[in-house]
Amino acid sequence: MRALNKKLVRNLWKLRGQVLAIGIVIASGVAVLVMSLSALQALTETTEAYYERQRFGEVFASVKRAPQRLIEQIRAIPGVRSVDHRIKYLATLSIEGFEEPVIGQLVSIPEGAQPRLNQLVLREGRLVSPDHPDEVVLSEPFAEAHEMQPGDSFQALMNSNLRTLTVVGVALSPEYVYTIGPGALMPDDRRFGVMWIGREALEAAYDLDGAFNDLSLGLLHGTNPQDVIERLDQLLERYGGTGAIPRAEQISNWFLMNEIEMQKTMSTILPTIFLAVAAFLSNMVLGRLIATDRSEIGLMKAFGYSNWQVGWHYAKLVMAMAGVGILLGWAAGAWLGRVNTEIYAEFYRFPLLIFRPDPGVFAIGAMVSLIAALAGSIGAVRQAANLPPAEAMMPPAPPLYRKTRLSGSRFIMWLDQPTRIILRQIVRAPMKALFTSLGIACSVAVMIMALQWLDSIDKIVDVFFHDAQRQDMMVGLVETQSDTTLLEFRRMPGVLAAEPMRATSVEFHAGTATHRGAIEGIPEDPQLQRVYDAGGRVVEVPADGLLLSTALADKLHLGIGDRVQVEVLEGRRPKRSIPVVDLYETYIGMTAYMNIEAFNRLMGERGSLEYVTLLVDDSQLPALYKELKALPKVAAVTLKDAAVHEFNETMAETILIYISFFGAFACALGFGVVYNSTRIALSERGRELATLRVLGFHRGEISYILLGEAGLLILVGLPLGVLAGAGLGWFMTSAMDSELYRIPLVIKASSNAMAVLVTLAATLLSAAVVRNRLDHLDLIAVLKTRE
Amino acid sequence: MSQSSHIKQQTITLEGSSLTKTYHTGAVDVHALRGVDISFYEGELVVLLGPSGSGKSTLLNILGGLDTPSSGRVRFRDTEITEGDESVLTSYRRFHVGFVFQFYNLIPSLTASENVSLVTEIARNPMDPAEALTLVGLGERLDHFPAQLSGGEQQRVAIARAIAKRPDVLLCDEPTGALDSETGILVLEAIERVNRELGTTTAVITHNTVIGEMADRVIHFGDGHVVNTESNDSRRAAGELSW
Repeated sequence: MRALNKKLVRNLWKLRGQVLAIGIVIASGVAVLVMSLSALQALTETTEAYYERQRFGEVFASVKRAPQRLIEQIRAIPGVRSVDHRIKYLATLSIEGFEEPVIGQLVSIPEGAQPRLNQLVLREGRLVSPDHPDEVVLSEPFAEAHEMQPGDSFQALMNSNLRTLTVVGVALSPEYVYTIGPGALMPDDRRFGVMWIGREALEAAYDLDGAFNDLSLGLLHGTNPQDVIERLDQLLERYGGTGAIPRAEQISNWFLMNEIEMQKTMSTILPTIFLAVAAFLSNMVLGRLIATDRSEIGLMKAFGYSNWQVGWHYAKLVMAMAGVGILLGWAAGAWLGRVNTEIYAEFYRFPLLIFRPDPGVFAIGAMVSLIAALAGSIGAVRQAANLPPAEAMMPPAPPLYRKTRLSGSRFIMWLDQPTRIILRQIVRAPMKALFTSLGIACSVAVMIMALQWLDSIDKIVDVFFHDAQRQDMMVGLVETQSDTTLLEFRRMPGVLAAEPMRATSVEFHAGTATHRGAIEGIPEDPQLQRVYDAGGRVVEVPADGLLLSTALADKLHLGIGDRVQVEVLEGRRPKRSIPVVDLYETYIGMTAYMNIEAFNRLMGERGSLEYVTLLVDDSQLPALYKELKALPKVAAVTLKDAAVHEFNETMAETILIYISFFGAFACALGFGVVYNSTRIALSERGRELATLRVLGFHRGEISYILLGEAGLLILVGLPLGVLAGAGLGWFMTSAMDSELYRIPLVIKASSNAMAVLVTLAATLLSAAVVRNRLDHLDLIAVLKTRE
Repeated sequence: MSQSSHIKQQTITLEGSSLTKTYHTGAVDVHALRGVDISFYEGELVVLLGPSGSGKSTLLNILGGLDTPSSGRVRFRDTEITEGDESVLTSYRRFHVGFVFQFYNLIPSLTASENVSLVTEIARNPMDPAEALTLVGLGERLDHFPAQLSGGEQQRVAIARAIAKRPDVLLCDEPTGALDSETGILVLEAIERVNRELGTTTAVITHNTVIGEMADRVIHFGDGHVVNTESNDSRRAAGELSW
């Protein structure tokens, strides 16, 4: 090995503490990128593979009742590869040991065989067999939530008949990756579950002999689903079709894609910011580190090494340092990416997992880190190499300190000498000081950006569930009912108040923009389900016209006073132009509200409703549950407390896990910056400090000079970080806007405090390490070596 | 002195003419060199004597291509090195000049022989590092790190490092300045031996007048210029010196 390379290796070994600290900074940036992108990619690929393998349908439609002979006509639509007709109903279940009503989504499958599309992945037991109409296959999350296994049984209220169903199998389906009950926002596996029953059994139970009420289509490759949907809708219209939807709008897939989309935003923006910060920090740290090597650079030049050779030597040093970080980052990123993917796979219950990280992701992380590190060092090498060797080899001339106007001030006069040293040091090299402060600020900022998620989610829960909703539960009805139903509910035990609500599928058209969603009809002065603006006001429901969420208004480019074309997809399917009367802001969904009476007029119906919201007396809940379970028209019961719980749970399982990884990396970043800054300051000023020790200063006093300066810069960095954190948080939350969520920017004082405290802890830790070195400063050796 | 060596001495190896150097530090300008004309003849050993701050080191740095003059010219044989760019200076330092510094400037992470290799690896016709170290009496300490060597030994490693490339010019800046007299003499003996055996034109800076006795010529330096030059009729051996 050449002498210069030996020097390189030994220098790296000597600097191992700093190599590791810089490595940690670089590794954090690389790891976050690799972790995020590889998890995202795995999630996308796994979903695709799962869909493909289980033949997830590409078009979905439901009707009231259509004859099976229609299937031939549907199959004849150009582009249709296969048709799977089913019967789907909601049923109220009674499960032993579980008091609350449970809603089951019954889906038919052929007896003794897999359906053509949306095939099940059998996890336990078997599929239903012919001639056993009471056999049922449960979806795995539901079975697990109730600890049910093949052989167990429960009761279901099917078409007013109470039946006992026996579990024969447990399965997963691509159609119900996300099992969301009617009107719910999050999966609640205890209160809503999917189950598959023999087709003949369901035909018999619901009097649908030779008929079906739900369809799923597989398409030929390259077919535009919209063309098929148009022709399908024409065929289904007279059978009560509510409009076919492409896979993209299928509810489970829509939620899943929304989450993947959100993940995508997070996985690109967060790591990019993070990598940029890590790059900036390694750039800064390496620049200073190499600047301390000035005299060796001069010596090499004195021997006749060219600027290129010197530059290449340091480039190798930097690449080796960055290489340590990159390797660490790759390893950590790949491992955490896998862990992250496994968590997702478990959350979504994917029966398979494809984790094939793209080498490109690893390469990007490495390139960015390497370039940043090299760029940081090139400047420092060039600076040293450009000096005449004679000058580079001399200790830098004592920097020029100037007396400023402040110097004579009473404040400065009052300070002791060590404090003056600190202050002058900062004033003398303001850029160096600024960069240290910025480094601290960056690590605080990314931590705040991570922590603010908790605050934002809290805020969403507060506004959406607590401020807006006064009801304790919402009951979904099997079909549109007349308003006498309301009286029935008001008479039930424990019901303090009941309000009607309608929710009907519609399509909005405004210019070229369209949105498929629903209009919710609510009473004029609702006491339970209020329209609540995120700004903190209850919005009045106008007597006529629409009340749109701002997100929907934005999507359709509408403002107050504009008219929107509404095409109702149910009932008599009226089409009407309706004015937008008011807007409100909401964090979840993009609902359009209308006065329920006005909506009934639009539908040409009187006193109809699909939902009842209830305020109940907790003490009478058991009795209420009992009645609800026995009521055939009940299709869904959503409890607010359970919904809040599920919301938090879901968030905890997805976003928050990711965020906590992120927070850990932010801590590593903070530690790396502080440790390096003080270590470099120590090597820059070891001689000065040793001189002070020789002059009789105590260890504490010289520590004060070095660490006091670091402390002061950190104090400047912390508030900067809090500000920058708010900026990053704002950027992040605005980037996360989706149809499902708008994330409000909320940063609680506790999050700021947490970020500050963690940074301070990292600082104290590195200060302790440096202090230990200061305490063992070899006075004679330091004074002997010229630099 | 023989006739042949006398003729040889008349060939100028290194020459500086009208050299000035001004440092601008803050409010004051420091005139380190105020117009220096100086020549070194092939194979001779010259001692530059002068008090500290007289500009000797600045002169040596400029002659060795470690620094550039504010005005004036440096000529090495037929090459004008002050006219050249960075690459001319680099190859001048690499192939023709050997340096010995007051504070040794060894790379602490490299052993004695590795410190020498650092230079031989980029030279054209170098000695073996072991050979160079043997020449300065350190043949037994090849694998010692600088921290394991005494000051005098470190300085001799520095000399070995400087001569291993077989330089045309050996420039020594206060080579004994940080050493006691006994060790200093060992170092001077090494320099003398190199000058004698390899015929390397050698310049030694010192403020110690005794060292002047070992030179062919002694150039007195003061306040940025040459005060006077004296030739010794005969050189005293370094081993005979004492202070």
